[in-house]
Amino acid sequence: MAQKTMIQAITDAMRNELKNDENVLVFGEDVGQNGGVFRATEGLQKEFGEDRVFDTPLAESGIGGISIGLALQGYRPVPEIQFFGFIYEAMDAVNGQMARMRYRSGGTKTAPITVRSPFGGGVHTPELHADSLEGLIAQQPGVKVVIPSTPYDAKGLLISSIRDNDPVVFLEHMKLYRSFRGEVPDEEYTIDLGKADVKREGKDVTLIAYGAMVHASLKAAEELEKDGIDAEVIDLRTVSPIDVDTIIESVQKTNRVVMVQEAQRQAGVAAHVISEIQERAILHLEAPVLRVTAPDTVYAFSEAEEVWLPNHKDIVEKVNEVINF
Amino acid sequence: MKHVLESVENQFETFQILNEDGKIVNEDAMPDLSDDDLKELMRRMVYTRILDQRSIALNRQGRLGFYAPTAGQEASQLASHFALEKEDYLLPGYRDVPQLIWHGLPLYQAFLFSRGHFHGNQFPEGVNALSPQIIIGAQYTQAAGVALGMKKRGKKAVAVTYTGDGGTSQGDFYEGINFAGAFQAPAIFFVQNNYFAISVPVELQTNAKTLAQKAVAAGIEGIQVDGMDVLAVYSATKEARNRAVNGEGPTLIETLTYRYGPHTMAGDDPTRYRTEELDNEWEKKDPIVRFRKFLEEKNLWSEEEENKVIESAKEDIKKAIKEADKHPKQTVTDLIENMFDELPSNLEEQMEEYKAKESK
Repeated sequence: MAQKTMIQAITDAMRNELKNDENVLVFGEDVGQNGGVFRATEGLQKEFGEDRVFDTPLAESGIGGISIGLALQGYRPVPEIQFFGFIYEAMDAVNGQMARMRYRSGGTKTAPITVRSPFGGGVHTPELHADSLEGLIAQQPGVKVVIPSTPYDAKGLLISSIRDNDPVVFLEHMKLYRSFRGEVPDEEYTIDLGKADVKREGKDVTLIAYGAMVHASLKAAEELEKDGIDAEVIDLRTVSPIDVDTIIESVQKTNRVVMVQEAQRQAGVAAHVISEIQERAILHLEAPVLRVTAPDTVYAFSEAEEVWLPNHKDIVEKVNEVINF
Repeated sequence: MKHVLESVENQFETFQILNEDGKIVNEDAMPDLSDDDLKELMRRMVYTRILDQRSIALNRQGRLGFYAPTAGQEASQLASHFALEKEDYLLPGYRDVPQLIWHGLPLYQAFLFSRGHFHGNQFPEGVNALSPQIIIGAQYTQAAGVALGMKKRGKKAVAVTYTGDGGTSQGDFYEGINFAGAFQAPAIFFVQNNYFAISVPVELQTNAKTLAQKAVAAGIEGIQVDGMDVLAVYSATKEARNRAVNGEGPTLIETLTYRYGPHTMAGDDPTRYRTEELDNEWEKKDPIVRFRKFLEEKNLWSEEEENKVIESAKEDIKKAIKEADKHPKQTVTDLIENMFDELPSNLEEQMEEYKAKESK
């Protein structure tokens, strides 16, 4: 077992799958010789050759289109979109095409594609790099959306995503790439898609989060503990589909919930999670389910990130509201 | 500043072999086709013209759904397809159902596609094709990917895709030919220029004098062909295919053609934007009329043969529509079933819900 950053765990997963299945292809803008703008694909072209790991012209829609075409020739494409803010260029390829391939062909054709893409705030990126747009893809039937928050989860979930026979959008939070190390086994392992993980057990309130907000929630839980509030933290890990069972089980125990996301209030997946809770566990609730989110503005100019992005203090505040309701 | 436009346009003169009177005007370019091949081409064109007429009638009777008329484009669609092999992969647009049928899609399934039934898109094993693409341009980037896949697999085959004149304005059109060029992938990109994108004339799409010259932006070969000339379309396609399978990269082929009917059967009225004179002018260029003259001159075609094709087409269509009628109606559980390899939890739940409803 080695201590690795999330980006090293991601590279590990791709290396494992390139080795494991000759149909796996890794491609995108600068992922070849350069090893990716975040070094996620470092060394892969050298190890597996230009036929397996290659650069493309600068055009996201084209990258999406060739992924579909390669899938039709029996490949298992792992394309990269350099920053998820650029997904608008490839929205038809993802939501209009690959997500529908199996259905529109009556199950005769598939698109086992894993679209990897970095996103997320807190590192002062320029415009349209950090936006949380997972909500847009989560609304599309036919595609799964995975967002890891730890090196261990990232490796197991990425291997599962690549092996999944349907399209997966795999979103990597930029702030989590190198901010800490975690235990990552050298050997291969998988984590089921669609399964949440209880990152901290508690009995007074459930915090549901994903991405960087998992760590903000864990930090909030530590502070709440000082005030005698025992918070349970659920990391969704897959935001589409949602692991309703794990959520409801926790709600039945704590009877209070705060849903945390980095995306704006009108975006993300928080509203969907809350709907599921109110449909399935309203009689277990002692208080309404409240949300911690970013405000409904365009993503902040980078100098305004600190005041704009939700953080652990916002979570503590919201938990107190729920506890004292 | 150099004025390059004219010299570029001069590189894209219309390629023609058979003129409107059915006479060979370019003997050197004459493709190597046997008498049987020539007759088969004619048979397919006549058959497809009847298919178009019957499809329009069946649509009006409410026995077909979405339908984009094809009359006028037989040379463009069928001669291009005739130059292909079974292992080539087709990525058609929504008007390109005839190519699919001649590539092996059973007629009743083409009718189910028109009506909106998933079984219409369950192509038989070995029919290398996608169902008709509704998003104009998407087939182009996907074709670049299929072609790249074929190149990686070492296949001696090509990916072939079609769009219209309006489609050349899309970003995916350009990205598709540019990706195929950058990867030197074996793809043939057709632009069937029928001069109108619904009501918008091609002059409003671009100031470029030809659509074939758009190949220059991708650094690939481009050719403009008389799309009403079955021999020219076949010959251009054959050459593009040879180049592609020999590793010489993709080609963009513009076919100058015309649709005699409306854009689709969904209420489009071409008299609002096309003059009768223009329609008449293009009817004189009819690909079937001119090829018939050519074949009759060679004693390869007779009225009797043509009537036989017409009768067999009508018979096939009748059978196919009956087979389509017999096909079981779709259920929500069918639709759920086709979403994923393994159903996620939300769909598992909904599957149970609809199973219960359907068993009532």
